Amino acid sequence: MSYITTIGLEVHVQLKTRSKMFCACPVEFGAEPNSHTCPTCLGLPGALPVMNHEAVRMTVITGLMLGCDIAPTSKFDRKNYFYPDMPKNYQISQYDMPLCENGSVPLHDLAYPKDAQKTIATPDKEVHLVRIHLEEDVAKSFHFESSTGIDFNRAGTPLMEIVTQPAINSPEEAFAFLTSLKQLLIYGAVSDADMEKGQLRCDCNVSVRPEAQAELGAKIEIKNMNSISGVRRALAYEIQRQTGALERGEKLRQETRGWDDAIGETFLMRTKESAHDYRYFPDPDLVPVKSEMLLEEARARIPELPRAKRTRFVEQYQVSSYDADVLADDLELARYFETAANGAKKPKNVANWILNDLQSALSSASKTISDCPIPPEALDELVNLIESGKISGKQAKEVFAEMFASGKPATKIVKEKGIEQLSDTGEIEAFCDQAITANPKPAADFKAGNAASLNFLKGQVMKLSKGKANPQLAGEILERKLKG
Amino acid sequence: MAKTADLDVAYVAKLARINLTEAETQLFQKQLGSVLEYVEKLRGVDVSQVEASAHAVPMFDVFREDEPRDWFTAKEALSNAPRQANNLFIVTKVIE
Repeated sequence: MSYITTIGLEVHVQLKTRSKMFCACPVEFGAEPNSHTCPTCLGLPGALPVMNHEAVRMTVITGLMLGCDIAPTSKFDRKNYFYPDMPKNYQISQYDMPLCENGSVPLHDLAYPKDAQKTIATPDKEVHLVRIHLEEDVAKSFHFESSTGIDFNRAGTPLMEIVTQPAINSPEEAFAFLTSLKQLLIYGAVSDADMEKGQLRCDCNVSVRPEAQAELGAKIEIKNMNSISGVRRALAYEIQRQTGALERGEKLRQETRGWDDAIGETFLMRTKESAHDYRYFPDPDLVPVKSEMLLEEARARIPELPRAKRTRFVEQYQVSSYDADVLADDLELARYFETAANGAKKPKNVANWILNDLQSALSSASKTISDCPIPPEALDELVNLIESGKISGKQAKEVFAEMFASGKPATKIVKEKGIEQLSDTGEIEAFCDQAITANPKPAADFKAGNAASLNFLKGQVMKLSKGKANPQLAGEILERKLKG
Repeated sequence: MAKTADLDVAYVAKLARINLTEAETQLFQKQLGSVLEYVEKLRGVDVSQVEASAHAVPMFDVFREDEPRDWFTAKEALSNAPRQANNLFIVTKVIE
């Protein structure tokens, strides 16, 4: 029997603000526990929350980038529950009037896992969203043998929750969704979206049903994934587990499962016996938000999005559409390319150097473009040295390796190594005369119509010049001399 | 709005982590019931011309700019904690 998989994601994103959502405590990862706290984020009696303007703006920026409808009026509510990571016994969140609704995330081919890019089920798919709302994060818990330790530094930091429609149909699409979303969040400068640092956290709802069945299968939630590839693995495992259970005639029930990445299995955390009753109500300490002014500020801060950047790279720099895709895929790489391509006669050659030599050098040195030892202007200089015939393509590889190792500029390396290509016609002519005189037979062969003999003579010129002669020029001069 | 009959004091007490005796449950059921009954009077008011609001005062957009400042040190933050270790608040072990 064949089965249909339905996946919906709830993604939590830490916003890149300097201070918390409802108080001015600093937001800092890895600080001494409980050192960034105040009466408000510790839930002390009488403390009042005040909204962080920038956090609301960043949420509206995200909503605009994802094509959401921005609510004209929005409000904050209290979500009531008891848990030690939430000292007020309620979390300030948004219930029925979130800042953003609808919208979508386009899945680009390169956002899929590398091994799945050739078998994309629905090319150019857009995953539609239900909503984006803003809330406060809870404290971090450390579970010890017989007790739990709580650090409130994270409590009250701004957290954006993005909820998708149940419109994702495979682990690969979930991977592509998270990769595309992360890219947009980085483009918009609203979050660093590093899953391993907990800046982007994701809960997956996944259900499997026989193809003939109309209603969705039992919704099973998976938590605890800390990488995008972990989400893919957890979903693949869970789909297989659920399909296997259905095939054996077992009945699946709604439950929450955790993912153990080391073992590669999900495990039961809890079954949903009674639905949570959070008794949401509007927070009387906070007034509603009108988005009119925010929209104006947010619109001014919408960056060029990946799709537009790809198109522009093709038009402005004449790079191939695949190269444009790869360059625009990483904002830092795109910035590097544009800086380098600015002064280039042939930006396409700059792109080739970045995508081939530079990227492979970076990856073998385990570096990223942000800590690249060659500044973009220096790469541009190297490419221009080749263009102007000062060094050959082969020599350029050698210079490039030295630039990468030492960080020295290309011109300096060329001088030091004495590898400047000889493009002085007079000197090359002298070498050509020598080569013809010393090798009368090949010279005669060429005159008799054996074109291959020219290569032999060219090789002699290169030898005489110790590899410095511009090979193209040498060939032209030899030909002229022999034919003339 | 909740009808008096919808009020389940035992359930609300459970959500609020309050232990009530059977006698207390019955007493509060009766007392809170009459409070709700009183509030029911609002149902009689014509609100067709009144715009829905989320707050008692018509006020919007009270923000602060994103400027951080320090307040408590870890020592101060933990000064009321019944149990602490390594600058963490220590509580009974919880795994949801």
